[in-house]
Amino acid sequence: MLSSTAANLFWAARYVERADNVARVLEAALRIALITREREKPQVWESVAAIYGQDATARSRPDGGTLEGLLQFMCFDRDNPSSIFVSLLAARTNSRAERNNLSREVWEGLNEAWHVCRDAARRPMSEDQYAAFLDRIKAQCLLVAGGVQSTMLRDDAFCFLRLGTHIERADNTARLLDVKYHILLPGGEDPGSAVDHFHWLEILGCVSAQRIYRRVYRSRIEPWKVAELLILRADVPRSLCFCLQTVTEDLEHLSKFYGTRHEVHRLAGALGARLRYDRIDRIFQVGLHEYLTEFITSNAQLSRELARNYLLET
Amino acid sequence: MTTRERCFDEMTGVDGVVRPPYQTLSAWLAETPPEVFERKSREARLLFERQGITFTAFGSEVGHETLIPFDIVPRVLSAAEWSRLHAGLVQRAQALNAFLDDAYHGREICRAGVIPEAEVVLNGQFAAVMQDLDLPRRIHAHILGIDLVRVDEGQFYVLEDNARVPSGVSYMIENREIMMRLFPRLFSTVSVLPVARYTDELLTTLQAAAPRTGDRAPLVVVLTPGPYNAAYFEHAFLADEMGVELVEGSDLLVDDNKVFMRTPQGPQRVDVIYRRVDDAFLDPLSFRPDSVLGVPGLVAAVRAGHVSLVNAIGNGIADDKATYIHVPEMIRFYLSEEPLLANVPTWRGARPDERAYIVEHLAEMVVKEIHGSGGKGMLVGPAATRAERDEFRARFLAHPDNYIAQPTLALSTCPTFVDSGLAPRHVDLRPFVLTGDEVRIVPGGLTRVALTDGSLVVNSSQGGGTKDTWVLAP
Repeated sequence: MLSSTAANLFWAARYVERADNVARVLEAALRIALITREREKPQVWESVAAIYGQDATARSRPDGGTLEGLLQFMCFDRDNPSSIFVSLLAARTNSRAERNNLSREVWEGLNEAWHVCRDAARRPMSEDQYAAFLDRIKAQCLLVAGGVQSTMLRDDAFCFLRLGTHIERADNTARLLDVKYHILLPGGEDPGSAVDHFHWLEILGCVSAQRIYRRVYRSRIEPWKVAELLILRADVPRSLCFCLQTVTEDLEHLSKFYGTRHEVHRLAGALGARLRYDRIDRIFQVGLHEYLTEFITSNAQLSRELARNYLLET
Repeated sequence: MTTRERCFDEMTGVDGVVRPPYQTLSAWLAETPPEVFERKSREARLLFERQGITFTAFGSEVGHETLIPFDIVPRVLSAAEWSRLHAGLVQRAQALNAFLDDAYHGREICRAGVIPEAEVVLNGQFAAVMQDLDLPRRIHAHILGIDLVRVDEGQFYVLEDNARVPSGVSYMIENREIMMRLFPRLFSTVSVLPVARYTDELLTTLQAAAPRTGDRAPLVVVLTPGPYNAAYFEHAFLADEMGVELVEGSDLLVDDNKVFMRTPQGPQRVDVIYRRVDDAFLDPLSFRPDSVLGVPGLVAAVRAGHVSLVNAIGNGIADDKATYIHVPEMIRFYLSEEPLLANVPTWRGARPDERAYIVEHLAEMVVKEIHGSGGKGMLVGPAATRAERDEFRARFLAHPDNYIAQPTLALSTCPTFVDSGLAPRHVDLRPFVLTGDEVRIVPGGLTRVALTDGSLVVNSSQGGGTKDTWVLAP
C-alpha cells in the first residue's frame, strides 16, 4: 500500500466522523433552542460554534447569533473547516482517489452522503428541514461505518480507516464535554438547576449515551458521572478511553503487519494508560476544562506523529 | 463527392449481400424490434455512467467528465481475417522495436541508406538520453496501438502507429462486458473470442520488461498524471485489474539511482513503471523543469538500468507521421520479410515535388500535421469548404515540412444505431500489441466509429464513439 493511500483513507474516515459529530451536536442545539430564553440564545449558539473553535467567525457573520445562522454556518459554509459540507467534500475527495482500496458499499455510502449534502446546500431550509437533513447525514455516516465493519478486508487499509475514525471521535467527544465550560449558565440559574440538567442530558444525547447512562448509573444526571462515562468508561463506544483503546489496538495490528514500531506507539500507549487508570475526582480537581484541553493537545500530537511515521507527511 | 456510394460495408460488402461473419448478427438485427435497441442503448449509457467509465476531453472544464458514446451494434471479424491481421501486426511490432533499438544504437538502417540519419536524430522526439542504452530484451515499445482502416474485402491499411502511451484498451474490455450483460443470448449463438485476459497478458508483459531483480519478484506500478487526466479511468482500471499500485509522481522517489514507492512500511523498491505520463513530464531534472507529474532522478535510474519504463522514453521517433512512411522499408531491412499490412500512400510536404502534388490535390486529400494527434489541426479535403481549404493551404505553405497528405480513403462502414435507426457509419480499428517475452495480441481491439453521417473522424475528442469488436472463433 502507498503512503498516500494510507493518508487518504485516514483522512476520509476522520472527515466522515467529523460530519457525523457536527450533525449530532446541531441536533442537540435544535433541542436546546426549545428551552432557552430568547435573550440568552445568541450566547448558546456561539458556544456551539466554540466547540469547533469557530465562535469568532460565527459572531462576525451578518446572521450571527441566530439559530438559522448557526445551522447554515455549521452545515453548509464553504469557508468553515468544520462544516458538514466541507467535511463531506474532503471525505469524498480523499476516498474517490482510493476507490480501488474501498469496498463498494463504503464508497457508495460516502458518495451518497456527499450528494445528500450538496443537494441540500442548494436550497434554503426551515428548522424542520434541518432536523430531517441532520438525521439523514447521521444515517448515511452510520451506513459508511457499517460498511467498513462488515465489508472491508482486515488489512492495513482497515486499520488506517479505524485510526482516522477514533482519533477524530476522541477529539470530538472531548470538545463536546468542554462545551459546558463555554455555556455559562443563564443569570440566576445554579449549577444543578433544571437548565443545567438539560444541558448535560443533551450532551449525552449527542453521543447516543442517555440510555447507556441510565443503565450504568441508574441515577439522575450528575455532571461528574457524565464526565466519567464519556472520559473513563472503556465500554462506552464514544468515550475517550474506548477510542484510545481502539487506536492502540490498530497500531498494534500495524506493527504486526509491518514489523516496525514507532514513537506513535509510545504516545498512544501513554495516553491510553492515563485514561485507563485515572479517577474522575482527580480530573475535577485538576479542572475539567484544563484536563480536556490537555487531552485535545495530546491527541493532536498523536495524529501528527502517526502522519510522520506512516503517512510521510512533514 | 460522397464516400459512401463507393465504400465497403463491413456487413453487406459492396453488393448488399450479407458477408459470412455477419450472418448471425444480421439475422439478430433483423428480428429485434427497434424499441429494444433504444432501450438497450439507454441501459448501456446508464451502466457506463454508474461505473464512472468516463473521459475528460482536453480543454474542457476541470473535472467535467463525459461518456464516450457506445454503439450496441458490434463490429465482426472472421477468424481468417483476424489471423491475417495478427500476422501483420506481429511483424510491424517487431520491426518498430528493432528500429527503436537501432535508432538509439548504431543506426544501421541509416548507414544502409534506408532512412536519412538526419530524419532520426533531428526529430524533435529523439531522446539523446536513450543513446546506447541496452533495454531488457531490447524492447522499447512494449505496448503498441496500431490504427487500421479497411477499404474493401481484402484491403486493410495501417493509418498510424501509436508507440508512446496508446490508450483506449479499457473500452475494449468494458464494451465487451456491457455487451455480454445486455445481450447474453446473442453470445450463446455466436462463438466470440474473449478479450478479458488482456490485463493478465499486460501484467506478464510488464514483468518481462523488468531489469534483473535476482530472487525478488519484480514490482510493477502504473504511473498516472492524476484524476484530471483524460484517461484517468483507464489508469485506475488497469491498475485495479492487474492488482498493482496506481501511483502519482509524488508517491515515488529516487535514491542512489533506484526507484522506490513511499509506503507506510517505508520505501519499497519499484522495478517496472507502466507510465501513462508523457516523456516531457517524466523527470524535471531531464525534461521540463516545471513538471510536477514526474519523479526527479527517474531518467538517471533508467540509465543505470535499475528500473524499466513502459513504454521506453523517446519512442516518438517511431510513430510520427514522417517515420510512418519508412515502416515498410524497416520491415524489409530488419526482418527480411515483405510487409503483410500496407501503409496508406503518403505524400510529404517536405519534398518539393510531393508538396506541389498536395497543393494541386488538396480537395481530394486528408492533410495531417506530422506531430498532431487526436484529429486536431487536420484538413479533410472533400469535406472542407473552399474557404477552409484556402485558409489551410496558406497554413500548409507557411510550414510545409510539418505536414503529410494522404488520399481520402473510403473507410469501411458498419451498421450503427443512430437517432434515425440503423445506418452505416465509418469505422476504424485499434488492436493493442504487447511485446515482452513474446508478442501477444488479444483478438479484437477498439473499434471507433464516426457517429456523424459521412464523417471520417473517429477520435473520441471529436465526437466519435466506440463499438464492441468481435473476432469469431475458427
